[in-house]
Order: sequence, then structure tokens, then C-alpha cells
Amino acid sequence: MTESSETPRDAQYWAKKVDRLSVSEDPKGVGYNVEGRRVTGPQQGFGRLWQRQYWTDLGDAVSPEDLVADWRENFGSYWPRTGVFHGSLGRIEPGDVAALQVGGAYGPKMATGIIVVYADDESFTFMTPEGHMFAGMITFSGEPGTRAHIRILLRTNDPLWEMAWPVMKRKEDVFWAGTLSNVAAAHGVLDSVVEEETECLDRSRMWSHWRNVRHNAGIRSGLHMASAPIRAVRVK
Amino acid sequence: MADRVATMRVREADSKCAVIEIAGDVTSACDAQLEAAHQAASDLGAQGIVLDFSGLEYMNSGGIGMLVTLLVRTQRQNQRLAAVGLSEHYQQIFELTRIDEAIVLYADEASALSALAVGGAA
Repeated sequence: MTESSETPRDAQYWAKKVDRLSVSEDPKGVGYNVEGRRVTGPQQGFGRLWQRQYWTDLGDAVSPEDLVADWRENFGSYWPRTGVFHGSLGRIEPGDVAALQVGGAYGPKMATGIIVVYADDESFTFMTPEGHMFAGMITFSGEPGTRAHIRILLRTNDPLWEMAWPVMKRKEDVFWAGTLSNVAAAHGVLDSVVEEETECLDRSRMWSHWRNVRHNAGIRSGLHMASAPIRAVRVK
Repeated sequence: MADRVATMRVREADSKCAVIEIAGDVTSACDAQLEAAHQAASDLGAQGIVLDFSGLEYMNSGGIGMLVTLLVRTQRQNQRLAAVGLSEHYQQIFELTRIDEAIVLYADEASALSALAVGGAA
């Protein structure tokens, strides 16, 4: 491969290469489905390949750079109540590994996480760990205009998540629309309209990856909750 | 990052393979360019395509996403894909995002073309 002594212009924006994930901060002990897992991209997933986009126009309420700076600073606080982002207290930085919980607003939540693989002044991108619902990349950006934009390139991670896709798809629609509405409201745009576009880029399923199911975060979260009494006894 | 310009030049390497030389700044804004380059390589009858990144100066996460969609296009046409000319920095990005498992990296064009000829690349 080519060797270069010059530091590439994008070097500071990319996370360092990691083989296994380690949660940056996990005071609530919800990183059990992230710790030691590998990153998964769309090429490691199982289901059809989708490109999903959500956006809302903020006009001149904020510049794209200020939008992304604020989004990186307050990422978790813009999530709807159905999700909890256990990121670091500071702003989103390349290489951050965060645990997160998703599910009903008041019911049990599934534990999973993300790694921030890229972050600059205009956008930041997460990838997901093994077991997550999706093997994919999620990019949050501020587009000229100003438009808050979310682009997701994903395959479901295993056959069980693929079967659950119709339900998950609707939940995602509600979740990301809620996130964008919260972002817009934070910048004084209270009547924002969130638009959505979904495109299937590849209808084939990656059957050679069906064994991804062994990492399924939904199953493992259920087992973790069921075994909580046993862990409590062991601690005593 | 205001001036994001990429150039993509397509050339025939042999009767079955084409090379796409990718230079400059690679972001999602280059998607149409890469699609056109892939089409040009396909029009040459290429069954194997080598992406030459020797002139790559900048790439964001949109660039990686674009490569994922290129991978799907090539798989749809039963074409194999390989990459050469990546600096150590970009090689690590390919490994971080695990796209190196789908687009096999080679030390030079000759090695990539040999691998494509025997069906060794993605």
C-alpha cells in the first residue's frame, strides 16, 4: 500500500481503527451488548439493503455548521422518550463508543450501542455493533439551506430482525421524526415538517450471515433482564 | 472543505478488467460520478473492476457509503471489485468500517488484476 508522510486532511475526523468495541462511559451498566463486539456495516448484515432518509428544513434559524455543532453537543437530549443515549457528557467525538437503550417509553428497553466513526463540522456518522437491529451507517448532517438531515444505510443484522423489519421500520419513522422535531424546536422552529424517503438498494438477503442471530441484542437483553435476580444473589 | 472535487478516469486494463482511477475529494456528492464511471467500465465489458485510490486526498463517511452502493451495483452485474493505492490512513478506514471484507485491498494493480483473473476478489 502507498506510504505517505503527510497527515491527510480528514485524519482528525475519523475514529482510530478498533477490532473490538469498548464502551467509553457506562455508569449504568447497559453496555453489555456492546463491550467486545465488532463494528458491523451494511456488508456484514443479513437483510435487504435500504437507504432511508429523514429531513426537516430549518431555514435561516441556524447555519449548517452551528446546527451540527449543537447536535454533537446535545445529541442524546434530542432523542424521543422511547430511547436513551448513554453517551459521554461532552460532545460527540470520533471514536466514542456509547451504549443506548431503545424500546417503549415505559416498558423494558433493549440495550445496544453505536460507535462514532466520523465527525466533522458538517456531519457525523455512527456505525452499529454486532447484535444491533441494523448493520449500518447513520449520518447526521447540516445541509445548506439549512436542512437537518439523517441518512441511514442499513441491512437488518439477522433473520429475526429481518422478520421484525415492518414493525421496526414504523418505529424508526416515529423515532427519527421525533428527533428531528426536537432538533428543530431547539432552534426555534416549532412547526417543522419532517419528510422521509426510503429506497431498497438491494433486495437480496445475505444468507451466509444468518448466524449473526447469535449476537441478537433483543434476545440478549431479554436474557440479561431475566437473569438479573441471579446476578443480584451472586453480588450478595 | 468548500471545494470538493473528485476526478474519476476509467481505462481498460485487459480484455476482462477495467481500472477506475479515483482522485481528489471523495464524498457522497461524487455518487453520480462513480455511477457513470462504473457504467463506463461495464460498457468496456469489464468483469473485474480495480479502484485505484492513489490520488485520493480526502474522504468522509459519505464516501464509504458510496462504495457500499457501488459494491451492490457490481454484485448485481456479477462483477468483482478490488482496490489498490490506499495509503495506510485510508487502509485503516476501510478496516474500521469493515468494507475491506467486501472490497479486497491489493498492494498494486498487477496483483489486483491477477486476483480478479482467478476470481480472488469480492
